[in-house]
Amino acid sequence: MIRKEEIKEEFAGREKEAEETFSEEIMENREQNQNNNIGMDEEIEDKKERKIVVPGEVIATGINFLPGENAKRDGKDIIATRFGLEDISGRIAKVIPLSGVYLPRQGNIVIGKISEITFNGWLIEINSPYPAFLPISECRGFISKREDLSAIYNFDDLIVAKVNSVKAKGVDLTMRDRGLYKLNEGIVVQVNSNKVPRIIGRKGSMVNMIKDYTKCDVIVGQNGVVWIRGDNLKNELLAREVVKLITEKSLAGGLTEYIQNFLEKKTKEKK
Amino acid sequence: MTYTKRFDGRKFDELRKVEAKVGVVPNADGSAYFSFGNTKAIAAVYGPRPLHPVFLQNPQKGVLRCSYDMLSFSVTERKKPGPNRRSKEISMVTAKSLEPVVQLQNFPNTVTDVFISIIQADASTRCAGINAAALALAHAGIPMTDMVSSVSTGFVGNTVCLDLTKEEEDYEEDGEKLVSDIPMAFLARTGQMSLFQLDGNGIKPEDLKKVIEAGRKGCQKVYEIQKAALKALAEEKEE
Repeated sequence: MIRKEEIKEEFAGREKEAEETFSEEIMENREQNQNNNIGMDEEIEDKKERKIVVPGEVIATGINFLPGENAKRDGKDIIATRFGLEDISGRIAKVIPLSGVYLPRQGNIVIGKISEITFNGWLIEINSPYPAFLPISECRGFISKREDLSAIYNFDDLIVAKVNSVKAKGVDLTMRDRGLYKLNEGIVVQVNSNKVPRIIGRKGSMVNMIKDYTKCDVIVGQNGVVWIRGDNLKNELLAREVVKLITEKSLAGGLTEYIQNFLEKKTKEKK
Repeated sequence: MTYTKRFDGRKFDELRKVEAKVGVVPNADGSAYFSFGNTKAIAAVYGPRPLHPVFLQNPQKGVLRCSYDMLSFSVTERKKPGPNRRSKEISMVTAKSLEPVVQLQNFPNTVTDVFISIIQADASTRCAGINAAALALAHAGIPMTDMVSSVSTGFVGNTVCLDLTKEEEDYEEDGEKLVSDIPMAFLARTGQMSLFQLDGNGIKPEDLKKVIEAGRKGCQKVYEIQKAALKALAEEKEE
């Protein structure tokens, strides 16, 4: 559970913001991961019918079809331009990618690590091809010009932030929203960003199941970074094991029941 | 003046045993292993990622950087480690053969690094390298409009051969080398050619046409194997 003392620490001297943040956090922790969904999880549940396609392969033929994401038209055919699962819904033929680096989108919640501190903000490492920047203006509360920025977020700190905009030069982040704060304690797992919808599950079902069984806080960043914090290391490690298991078996059907059985077995073993 | 039976007993239009596997380098964004008989290549792709130094960046699209390297133990006579003129040239032709299909317009100022390592060499190394690189790029989720397949062909003695071995590359008759080593690469869907080199004696135009046809058919077979290797990734996970 989010601890009040930590929030107070973070916003030392800015009590009003601290109170606001704390009441938000309690609601936020459950909702956040649901809002994080790009809406792909429902489709992924029916993965059994989908075919894997390689770049250049024809996924649909005919003038009726429209090329969606990762697909393009070549004469009469729609071809895949990326390795992934073909997805034809109605008239749109697109490809759901199975691999690749994280490409930030506006509104994505990401977990990043502070890599540089400049005079007006922080450079954050979010495992994408472009640098991410968090300006002082996008932090909660007022920060005076003389303030030592490393006292707020120091090197190697982990933060939950939201992508404000994606430009050619880089990505702009913000912390001005519910559920965005610095992460303390806990452990971190890095997974391929394409597996994130699977880890979250339909409307957060998978990640909430992990939280319930292991009694840990879990935040899943769209960039594939998963933060886990529990009361003891054993629970944290179990949650991490489950996350890794989901990424390995992401293409299998009936994954939710499989993970549920796994969690049942593991939590009973402890008692 | 004739080469009537191949050293390893293959038919003239027969490939050596081909193996392809995707995902062999876990740390890379994409990776693949590809082999033609005893020639084995591993490709690892990292990217798109930031490119340093800045003067190499291209603001219109991402840069594709290929690096071909034969490891010291890949040949019988130990090869000194590090790039040499031959590997720099092969790196360049590999990049040129992949550039037509790789779509990096949406990744300006980045680089996609392709590292090809030859762990065992028995001719056709650049072809195995290109095949592995194409697989690795697909595995890394790089947008591509087509798959690239490559195979070496040759005119040995006066016969069209597919997939030469080192022995065939060095074929001589009466102390005279009578081989033209012709590696080539084709795009799978459109059938366009993206690599074409000739090394050796001259060849008549009519014979060249036969060689190209043999290469085209060989590349189609290679494409089927590449496709199967990528699709096998899903089956592995289902277990």
